[in-house]
Amino acid sequence: MMAGLSVLGVEEPFYDPLYHSEVGLAEVLITLLKVGVAFAVLLVAVMLMIWFERKLISDMQNRIGPNLAGPFGIFQTLADGIKLFFKEDLIPEQSDRLVFKLAPYLSLVPAFLVFAVVPVGGDFSGGDGRISLFGHETFLQVSDPPVGILLVLAMSSVAVYGVMLAGWSSGSKYPLLASVRASAQMVSYEAALGLSLAAVLLKSGSLSTHEIVAEQSVWNWNLWVTWVVPMVIFLIAATAELNRPPFDLVEAEQELVGGFHTEYSSIRFALFYLAEFMNTITMSAIVVTLFLGGPNGPDFTTVGWLSGLLWFFIKLMLFLFAFVWLRATLPRFRYDQLMDLGWKLLIPLSLGWLLVLASYDVAGDRGWNRGAAVIVSLAIMAALAGLLSLALRTARQRRELDPHGGFA
Amino acid sequence: METAVFIVCAAIVLAGALGVVLSRNPVHAALSLVGTLFGMAVLFLNLEAHFLAAVQIIVYAGAIVVLFLFVIMLLGVDRLEDLSVEPITGQRTLAILVGLGTFVLAVAFLLSSSIGPSGPQILTLDITDQSTYSNLRQIADVLFTDYVYAFEATAALLTISVVGAVVMSRRIARADQAQEAAEDD
Repeated sequence: MMAGLSVLGVEEPFYDPLYHSEVGLAEVLITLLKVGVAFAVLLVAVMLMIWFERKLISDMQNRIGPNLAGPFGIFQTLADGIKLFFKEDLIPEQSDRLVFKLAPYLSLVPAFLVFAVVPVGGDFSGGDGRISLFGHETFLQVSDPPVGILLVLAMSSVAVYGVMLAGWSSGSKYPLLASVRASAQMVSYEAALGLSLAAVLLKSGSLSTHEIVAEQSVWNWNLWVTWVVPMVIFLIAATAELNRPPFDLVEAEQELVGGFHTEYSSIRFALFYLAEFMNTITMSAIVVTLFLGGPNGPDFTTVGWLSGLLWFFIKLMLFLFAFVWLRATLPRFRYDQLMDLGWKLLIPLSLGWLLVLASYDVAGDRGWNRGAAVIVSLAIMAALAGLLSLALRTARQRRELDPHGGFA
Repeated sequence: METAVFIVCAAIVLAGALGVVLSRNPVHAALSLVGTLFGMAVLFLNLEAHFLAAVQIIVYAGAIVVLFLFVIMLLGVDRLEDLSVEPITGQRTLAILVGLGTFVLAVAFLLSSSIGPSGPQILTLDITDQSTYSNLRQIADVLFTDYVYAFEATAALLTISVVGAVVMSRRIARADQAQEAAEDD
């Protein structure tokens, strides 16, 4: 726990110190600077991420990958982007023009906004993550709203609109099918995402991303504080939410041509592409923030703020690498397998795990034996899981007996 | 500043609401509804009710309108309807009357109410008490103490409706099969 927290007084949610005093021109300029830097960094990061993914996956597949534009082909994405800019912009005749033009932005804007609440640096071991910028104290994140992590959930549910409307407005059947599939997938996995997140909120007692990171200082990471399971669920749900392999049914080329963006070309296609990779980066950043302590870590530099940034970057790269690795390794799920995994395994498991963690906490508060409380709740969970699997088996048998029954 | 935000958001809310009513395309109407919901979320923020704003987006924009769109897409009702015929006679006149009545009642309540803020205060006064706790904690306090039975009852209601939906969809399928089986015999 940090000393800085309690000094502020009773239950004071610690907002960005930049806005503690009167907000003048300097504060506005600093905020604008942070927004600008975050925007630029994110765009460059996407460019490098696309290159990184292509290079890494070609290594894993014994290919060379992009190698012509710049050293190691690092400017390949830039070249592709410029090419897409100058391509002809087609709008299908059957499309709903207004919505067709709106959809790419509905994908892109949420991807940007999520990054605003991620604390990317700051020294959390001694202080409370404040840094000094032009003589003003502030946090190293664009904004720290009191409902920070809910903003992430809200944006991931808004992102569904981009996919859904792109498919519908194209006026073509494959994009429509893909978008129905995609939105069903994203809406289903949002539940598992939110429930696994609840375990983190239970332990840190705050919705603010900054406070969640501060609670994890220095080695009190939620990964082990919540006993690993929520992070695994969160990662799986996040992969599905991002429509990345092995959950990339949205872009199953064999079945759906190009997926929801089949009819898109030129810069509008580039926006979808950008949003997809940006979501990968921001979601990895969110995982790092929630479970791996964000910029927390032993200080190995002499400059206070640098070590936090470096730790954050190292942890982020770990997840970005893992996402590419998954893509290279795992075959795509079938649609019913995807839905079964989400609804019948991840959601009950994350809910049960939340209750186990809660029983551990309650036992501590009441002075009961914590180990016994956990064992009892695990036993109850196991019994319920048995009941659930029994019910599922009965349902499957019924379905096999009369194949026209049920929801099909 | 707060007044400026209020004016802009109120304009967005009203424009969205008009869009819902006037759009001929159901998908455009649903999108206008999303615009209205976003405007209201910003209004909540303006009143320092952060949690309400976030929940407004997650629940209404993120789940309910998505379901609307789902139904529109899957059932293919996204074609123009003939609006010149009134399905039930007198329906529209009645709708206008009821709408106006509700509006008058709501305004009268807000202007004269003795509970909470009234009059021009509505536009500027914070919804929650800023002095003590964060408003998430205030909501949790009220929800799990004073209103815990109402809260549990809502949960039970939702569970019942889910179970009901499952039962109904299965029963229809079974009736079809019984018919098929009877025809096969």
